[in-house]
Amino acid sequence: MADSTASVTNPSTTAMRELDPTARPRAVRKPRGILVPLWLGYVFLYLPILIVVVMSFNDSENLFVWRGFSLRWYPELFTDEAIMQGLVNTLVVATGATAIATVLGTLLAYGIAHYTRGGLIRAFAIAPAILPDLLLGIGLLTLFSLLTVTLGLHSVIIAHGVFATAFVTAIVLARMANLDPSLEEASRDLGAGPVRTFVRVTLPQLAPGIVAGALLAFTLSIDEFVIAFFTTAPTQPTLPIVIYSMVRFGVTPEVNALASLLLLVSIVTVIAAQRLTRLTGTPK
Amino acid sequence: MTETLQRPAPAARAGRVRLGLAPAPFLAPGMIYLIVFMAVPVGLLAFYTFFERGRFGGIVFEFTLDNWVKLFEPLYLGVILQSIALAGIVTLLALLIGYPMAYAIAGLSPKWRTVALVAVVLPFWTNFLIRTYAWILLLNNAGWVNQWLQGLGITDAPISMLYTPQAIVVGLLYMYLPLMVLPLYASLQQLDPSLREAATNLGATPWRAFRTVTFPLSLPGALTGCIFVFVPAMSNFVIPELIGGGKTIMIGNLVRDQFFEARDWPFGATLALLLTIFLVLVIVVQSAVSRRLTEGPRRG
Amino acid sequence: MTTAPLLRVDGIRAVYGDTVALHGISLDIAHNEFFALLGPSGCGKTTLLRSIAGFETPAEGRIEVDGEDLLRMPAHKRPVNMMFQSYALFPHMSVEKNVAYGLESDGVGRAEIRSRVAEVMDVVGLGALAKRRPGQLSGGQRQRVALARAIVKRPKLLLLDEPLSALDRQVRSSMQLELKRLQHEVGLTFVVVTHDQEEAMSMADRIAVLRDGRLEQLATPQELYANPASRFVASFIGTANLLDGTATATGVEVPGFGVVDAAHALRAGSPATAVVRPEDVELSTDAATGLSGTVVDTYFLGGASTISIEVPGITAPILATVHGASRVARGDAVGVRFARAAAVARGAGAASVTGDAAATASADPATADAAQEEVSA
Repeated sequence: MADSTASVTNPSTTAMRELDPTARPRAVRKPRGILVPLWLGYVFLYLPILIVVVMSFNDSENLFVWRGFSLRWYPELFTDEAIMQGLVNTLVVATGATAIATVLGTLLAYGIAHYTRGGLIRAFAIAPAILPDLLLGIGLLTLFSLLTVTLGLHSVIIAHGVFATAFVTAIVLARMANLDPSLEEASRDLGAGPVRTFVRVTLPQLAPGIVAGALLAFTLSIDEFVIAFFTTAPTQPTLPIVIYSMVRFGVTPEVNALASLLLLVSIVTVIAAQRLTRLTGTPK
Repeated sequence: MTETLQRPAPAARAGRVRLGLAPAPFLAPGMIYLIVFMAVPVGLLAFYTFFERGRFGGIVFEFTLDNWVKLFEPLYLGVILQSIALAGIVTLLALLIGYPMAYAIAGLSPKWRTVALVAVVLPFWTNFLIRTYAWILLLNNAGWVNQWLQGLGITDAPISMLYTPQAIVVGLLYMYLPLMVLPLYASLQQLDPSLREAATNLGATPWRAFRTVTFPLSLPGALTGCIFVFVPAMSNFVIPELIGGGKTIMIGNLVRDQFFEARDWPFGATLALLLTIFLVLVIVVQSAVSRRLTEGPRRG
Repeated sequence: MTTAPLLRVDGIRAVYGDTVALHGISLDIAHNEFFALLGPSGCGKTTLLRSIAGFETPAEGRIEVDGEDLLRMPAHKRPVNMMFQSYALFPHMSVEKNVAYGLESDGVGRAEIRSRVAEVMDVVGLGALAKRRPGQLSGGQRQRVALARAIVKRPKLLLLDEPLSALDRQVRSSMQLELKRLQHEVGLTFVVVTHDQEEAMSMADRIAVLRDGRLEQLATPQELYANPASRFVASFIGTANLLDGTATATGVEVPGFGVVDAAHALRAGSPATAVVRPEDVELSTDAATGLSGTVVDTYFLGGASTISIEVPGITAPILATVHGASRVARGDAVGVRFARAAAVARGAGAASVTGDAAATASADPATADAAQEEVSA
């Protein structure tokens, strides 16, 4: 009753806005031709990938002649020592870099969101994501040589940790922006101390962002070539460096199989990350 | 009297009361890491540009401006200009191809929009060496494009496509096209659809509505995309080497060579810094232009 | 009105996927009329407006302006201009350029554009802000720019989509008067879409009340208030005490309460609702006269007070409005008399609210709105 009385005198309470654009039906049809460039773009983007995948099932040694279906290159891949060693190196690097980045990035994001005004620290923390990889690569090489640090997987881990931290920070910050700050206040109000609040309320809320950031960091590290190229020892190449030398000094069809497998891993990871961010997306 | 009633003072809203945890444990580890492994290396490079090279790599601490002067030697200037030209062409092509793509995606229903976007980004997540290698399969003299062309009777003899500057352009374009589509899409998608409707309602033909409203308002996204493509395209050294056959050299190749072959680290650092200065300049110009395009907060 | 209408909407049906947005709407709008399309969100009023403007294509029906078939014209050729709810001002153009945009599209000469833009800017009182960008203007100023941009082409019909909803309350009421003044001054036909009944009531010459894609009633504000055609209209326009019952020869028989006198043309024995406006409820401190009830609460609202009274037999309290402060207090026994009542049929429309107490149903849109407001505040 009180509501109905209020509405007599208070026009603002009757203001329900029709702002939901999804409620609005689709407007006048657009011409279909608009999709032609999109499809052509997809052909351009996927044709090379498709060729590689198809050729990974080719029976022939010749990269340019189709002889018949075969799975022979896949098992052969796993007997190639250089590739396997590269894979192990890459996984070690990616794991290490992701671990560093996840911890540092999450802490940074939280610190930036809570304790900084203005964008200086934020810009600094995200800068490695924009900095040319070439600059970071030779810069670290210079630093390591000045400090006479022996190059190896550890130096690649440190190097990858730099840009990976930037990506985790960016993603967790984005997640943080969607969080309701009163959740933490509610926790404090209900008697939880600062540490308990952080561990019990804040971290679980941030978890999807942290996981998505970690996945991204891992994927980026696996694929990263330029920085690794400058910061690793020739005896400890990561997988991209192995591929680089294979492409450079003579390709065997194994590369096709390897490429297809990596493609599969990338697709699965991207879809997983996508699902993750959507499932636990913006709290309404 | 109501005044005598005890009422809690309204909470000061000037700043949220902090959580009670000190900022240092959150900010310090990451900041120290980034200072040591990003700021210091970049600063070190800047520092190196003013000193002489060591005979076997490294550096001799004798001040010189030679490294910067050397940039203007015809040999290096030529490479720098060539890099700018190639990266510029790639950027322009990416814009021409990416704009219609982004425009089409922005016009899809929300469900298909996500699918279309993921489809654009997905190739970007596949290993970049493998994507480069794929073009070798395609463009080789015995490669698939030549086989198709001959199969269709368009040419009799294979056209040599690999190891040409054009091949580098195609390779770079392929590599960075998604980076053009994404920001373009973002700026087109956040455009209030009623702006276009308003233009139409005021009598503008669809083309005029696009030219005077949609396009100018998407320019900030286009500029961002151009930076995203131009900057990495300019510093890439793998594609010129693998697809260009090392015949067409770009700044990135030069830097790599200074570090691994010529062993002239100070000059390599100078080249890399030049790239970075260039990047900063482009970003400054971009944000200035964007601000001019849409002055004030974009509302309504 | 004997002259041909300016706008004729005939049997417009609009369908989106499985949902029907408009079930065959027909209405005429006369020259120089200030016309309002009123209804809760989702009633189809915006769809109708956008169909007229050419942004939606109805499945069936005709829309004519001065006898010309609008639906055959592409949106940019229609002699209709619109003021958008978001104003849709071009952020990259100055105020002046925004206003000139429509004239430029039509290829009007430069000198004429300049004079017409200057003229219309004076009309809306924005002369001094010509060089500003929309981002540098206040909400009220933006609204004026949007209006200037829409009227500078002197359209046959000006469509306004929720013109005041983006403004805060003080600006809103002054803008209502301003729009009304402008409409007289420029002599255009206005069609306003709004969900705010007060806005529609205070501005429009005639109001079409829409609900679920159907036209509930088309009448002047006075008529809508005094003689609502349905229970929905009665509850949507103003505040009303709704007493559900059965029609009798002289009024509506409300179970457990008695007969409320009201003139009507309903068949005796059919389900009906008596509509009693709060100002038609007369109170007396002498509980013996008429019905007796107990005061539940009083609300002082400045010029008037609303008193809610529990009357035995009626589920929801009766609301009464009196001038000045209330002279009764909670718990007082009062006599209640209805000075005037209207009766409406309780048809299929009311079926959707059965189970709700009568007065709660009347409060429904308002409660929802109030909740919405609180969330966004």
